[in-house]
Amino acid sequence: MQVRTLFFAAYRDALGTATLEVDLPEGSSVGELVTRLRSRGSPFDRLPESPAVAVNRSVVRGDARLSHGDEIAFLPPVAGG
Amino acid sequence: MSRGAGPGPARSRVAIVRGSIDPGEVLALVGGAGDGAVLLFLGTVRDHADGRRVDGLRYEAYQEMAEGVLGTIADEAAGQIGSDRIAVVHRIGDLAIGEVSVAIAVSSPHRAEAYQASRYVIEEIKKRLPVWKLEQYVDGEAAWVAGRKLEAIAEPKEMAR
Repeated sequence: MQVRTLFFAAYRDALGTATLEVDLPEGSSVGELVTRLRSRGSPFDRLPESPAVAVNRSVVRGDARLSHGDEIAFLPPVAGG
Repeated sequence: MSRGAGPGPARSRVAIVRGSIDPGEVLALVGGAGDGAVLLFLGTVRDHADGRRVDGLRYEAYQEMAEGVLGTIADEAAGQIGSDRIAVVHRIGDLAIGEVSVAIAVSSPHRAEAYQASRYVIEEIKKRLPVWKLEQYVDGEAAWVAGRKLEAIAEPKEMAR
């Protein structure tokens, strides 16, 4: 299955990209996606091991399961206001 | 001024905008004949942070999510105080010193509820809104502000209504 990942702010700057399409085995979890990305090495290993992640605009835990077509946003610690 | 995509009561008005915020316009969204208190909070860009001189800020949002979160926060605040007259606008993009980054207007029959709701909204924005802030320093450097990690919410946040 394929998912669309989004990177914001410091993560986007570290990776040099704002979006990336990623192929994953069916039923992969958020944590498995993070591990898979980090295993690509530099610069993806600059992502934290357990970043805050939103799937389809809701923040979820690392064990949340992904589906084809999900929008997965990697969210650095927030600083609004 | 449009309402965010968040679920809930229809009268809290929220927006993420790129242009400058007109406080009077936000204030005009609240108030009513039954309200004896109208409160406006403005967050503004200050010229220093942790001992460094700041030249300006750049705000970035996950806009599609941020509008929903802002709507949810406003609806929670409205539910807590029983007033639906709450308006919240957050600006993104490049801001100069003194410019308004966030405006929160609340009106209610009595002042205590307005203060409570206004405080709730700004504190929750700092905890939950997917917005980031790049500090640009007078010396030419820039850094993303170390913020707060977003937490997954296992159950829908309890609403007061």
